[in-house]
Amino acid sequence: MALTTMIGARIHRREDPRLVSGRGRYADDFIRPQTAFMAVVRSPFAHARITSIDAAAAKAAPGVVAVYTAADFEAVVAGAMPVAPAFVAEKKQAPDRYPIAKSEACYQGEPVAVVIAETRYQAADAAALVDVEWEPLPAVMDMEKAMEPGSPAAHEGAAEGNVAWDLTYNADAEAAFAEAEVVVKQRILQQRLAPTPMEGRGVLAEWHATDRTMTMWMSSQNPHFIRLFVGGAMSIPESRFRVISPDVGGGFGSKISPYPEDYLVPGASKLLGRPIKWSETRTENLQNATHGRGQIFDVELAGNRDGTMLGLKLTQYLDCGAYVGTFSAFQACACLLPGPYNWKQVASRTVGVLTNKVPTDPYRGAGRPEATHLVERMVDLFTQEIGADPAEVRNKNFIQPDQFPFTNPFGLIYDSGNYPGTLARALEMAGYADVRREQEAARARGRYLGIGISTWIEICGFGPSAATAPATGGLALTESAHVRVFPTGSVNVYVGTHSHGQGHDTTFPQIVADTLGVPYDMVDLHHGDTAEGPAFGYGTYGSRSLAVGGLAVLKASQRVRDKAKKLAAHLFEAAEEDVVFDQGHFYVKGSPENRKAMAEIAFASYGANLPEGHELGLEAVAYFDPPNFVWPFGAHVCVVEVDPETGSVDMLKYVAVDDCGNVINPMIVEGQLHGGIAQGIAQALFEEVVYDDDGTLKTGTLLDYAMPTANEMPPLSLDSTVTPSPSNELGVKGIGEAGTIAASAAVINAITDALSPLGIKHIDMPASPDRLWKQMHEERAYSAQGATADLGGGGSEQAQPQAGGTATTPVPGGLGEGGTQEGTGGGTPPPGQAGPQQGNNQEGSR
Amino acid sequence: MKHKVSLTINGKGREDEVEARLLLVHYLRDVAGLTGTHIGCDTSQCGACTILLDGKAVKSCTLFAVQGDGHDVKTIEGMAASDGTLHPIQQAFWDEHGLQCGYCTPGFIMAAAYLLDRNPDPSDEEIRKGLEGNLCRCTGYVNIVKAVQSAAQTMGRDQARPQPAATGE
Repeated sequence: MALTTMIGARIHRREDPRLVSGRGRYADDFIRPQTAFMAVVRSPFAHARITSIDAAAAKAAPGVVAVYTAADFEAVVAGAMPVAPAFVAEKKQAPDRYPIAKSEACYQGEPVAVVIAETRYQAADAAALVDVEWEPLPAVMDMEKAMEPGSPAAHEGAAEGNVAWDLTYNADAEAAFAEAEVVVKQRILQQRLAPTPMEGRGVLAEWHATDRTMTMWMSSQNPHFIRLFVGGAMSIPESRFRVISPDVGGGFGSKISPYPEDYLVPGASKLLGRPIKWSETRTENLQNATHGRGQIFDVELAGNRDGTMLGLKLTQYLDCGAYVGTFSAFQACACLLPGPYNWKQVASRTVGVLTNKVPTDPYRGAGRPEATHLVERMVDLFTQEIGADPAEVRNKNFIQPDQFPFTNPFGLIYDSGNYPGTLARALEMAGYADVRREQEAARARGRYLGIGISTWIEICGFGPSAATAPATGGLALTESAHVRVFPTGSVNVYVGTHSHGQGHDTTFPQIVADTLGVPYDMVDLHHGDTAEGPAFGYGTYGSRSLAVGGLAVLKASQRVRDKAKKLAAHLFEAAEEDVVFDQGHFYVKGSPENRKAMAEIAFASYGANLPEGHELGLEAVAYFDPPNFVWPFGAHVCVVEVDPETGSVDMLKYVAVDDCGNVINPMIVEGQLHGGIAQGIAQALFEEVVYDDDGTLKTGTLLDYAMPTANEMPPLSLDSTVTPSPSNELGVKGIGEAGTIAASAAVINAITDALSPLGIKHIDMPASPDRLWKQMHEERAYSAQGATADLGGGGSEQAQPQAGGTATTPVPGGLGEGGTQEGTGGGTPPPGQAGPQQGNNQEGSR
Repeated sequence: MKHKVSLTINGKGREDEVEARLLLVHYLRDVAGLTGTHIGCDTSQCGACTILLDGKAVKSCTLFAVQGDGHDVKTIEGMAASDGTLHPIQQAFWDEHGLQCGYCTPGFIMAAAYLLDRNPDPSDEEIRKGLEGNLCRCTGYVNIVKAVQSAAQTMGRDQARPQPAATGE
């Protein structure tokens, strides 16, 4: 057998020299002869009827080539945009979405017309001259109000209550709740977030009328999807539709689903017979790229005073926005609710609600950060209620290492894990006992130190097709690879996944080099061009590239190696079973001195005198459908100090111990964790998409949307354990989303712990200084009056008395009631004022 | 009405006629064809478009091309030596895994060049403060800070190197 040499090595990325030199190839870097530029005329209203569109002034403006509206595109683009019908049976009223509004616009930013001009500037100028007559309609902005009887409709003809779906996964947790001594309840909010990749979206499309081919250059996480969906809508077969997405400046889930412009740009190119280019502005990105999260959870946890957790009940209200996003259903986080714990019962219901905002869709983690956040918050609320240590309660309830494979209450099978192992290591690194002592001492001096723990698990590696195809309407989420060995031994690998920061150019060749025993430098990876490689691929998201795509790469490499071995046997005039493959060389058992390198076999495979029936050439395609999901896990510990005078949070320590099974390249794993944790911290402390009551986006630039700078990010201490997945030959899991899944709960649990002496039990995100300051001062005032039973604002509600006569945690605000913690927009001050400083200390800029 | 601009970009003189409103970043990308300078926000928050103007870091989305008239511009394409050897800051970003998607990277490298020019041995905090005009969504800034520290060390060594040779030891 070949010895592993490259897998596990900390190899520097081979894509970096071009990226650090300014030689990247991002969407806006491409241009074709005769290119015209497109600007989009968008709805300024969240909800309005289009009475008329007068394009005369725009058409007369300098450089304008054409103005198109919905009626023009009917000739070249047909049908509604795709929605994965995960909840098709329960779907009540999800309106179809078209690339361009015809008579009604349902969110601010929805396209109503496009202007094509000779330059970018001329297109932008003329777009302002398109005269649209609007009849504004009531905007449905608040999810809870949207569900009330008599609410205005987010769409003409929408069902009563604007409900897109209402689905119960597991109805019953009553037995667990009946035997519990303690029930804690909490409403937990997940604010809307903007994924904000540093590169916005962009499309360049070129239609060749003579040979009837379409080529698109764009910023996408999965070019094959775009070819499938857009090609379908334009009736252009895949054989003549090429999508190229070379370097992509980040996606984070926002470049998975097809967008209106993905149809309008090629549509305009076909109408006009010229290449058309459109580049998104940042405001367009914040307004039109899919948002993430945007959910309200009502959660109850049942347990006993000895720390045993028994049951969990949850209702999720998901703000779909104006349309159900293509993969919106993946945000329904029910399947991950059990987390790493051993529950008796878990009950879950998800309700999708239509509002007049841009659709939500997967954003890094998609459903899994939400699930982890709410479970980890509930564990801490329970722990606080029974007066126990949060680390001990977690340890007491963990699924133990000898219980794998473990079937959770939703029938999903966890592959492997050592949950106590990662927590023990994280606590050790954080100096948990010492920090607890410091906390006590600090409290005595009126300082607010807190420690937060988040023990997370993740479901990733989508497929398997048996689970994903029914949920997506047939998209199996398998993965593909094509390995080609050239006559002199160098290797090209083509994959259906897409790398936009994940480093596949480096990690996948590591797998190939080991499997074929060829030098790493001889292996090159290609992705992001549908004209190359296997016929189909599903792209990169959901931490799937290695656990699915990496396995396709391995299988294709193994096929090549097996083929080479057959040929080696022929060349040695030996039986195949007598041929040994060792580190890139073949020899006959017992004669290692007489050996042939892979390159020699490769040359022979294209040559003469091959045995009858032997297939010429040395290349192979493989598709991989994983037998199960993979389940990475870990433990994060955060230590904070909150300043009671300003409400600002000082992050003193952040420790993460994660386990993603076997690791191909530890440097890249660490990088993925750094970025993921940063996005989780950003949600916890800074970021929030805010609309006003009329549906105008208030966070429409990076001045207002509070993305953190280096100044706001703490140093991170990372470590890992290795528990291989038994589900695949490489023993790998996924790590792309782990940091984001874990981090928000660790931070909020730390802040809540810090402020617990004030009676604060729960804090919603973002825990900005103004929110914390207000909450601290409300609680203090309340405590000063001697009342302690109804903390947290909003109406409280006593849980039903339990056998055993237990205390319950008050619930701030039931559904439909008022309350300071309700709603993702209304009661929350906009971030930015108190968020990170978007500093600008560079001379010459302003 | 078009205006004549004459400037030096990465050591080479160049003259063009441009509209008064043309942004410097669009001039660099669309007219001069130097696409390494990126656009990330349009409002001067993200720093992806950072270049050096007469040696100072500026955000090229905030200047008009005509404001570059008579000035010396350096973009990311001008950082490596003429034989292709990477600048120590470029090399450090590569060595320390200081980039993932790479879109913000040219701006960070240019901002770091100016930072190290003013402060050759910055502390962790000075680096974070010095780069707060640039946004990255991928790295959590952990390895960017490391890269700048590592570049500072390399550049410090490179500067120190000729001195021992001069002593004749």
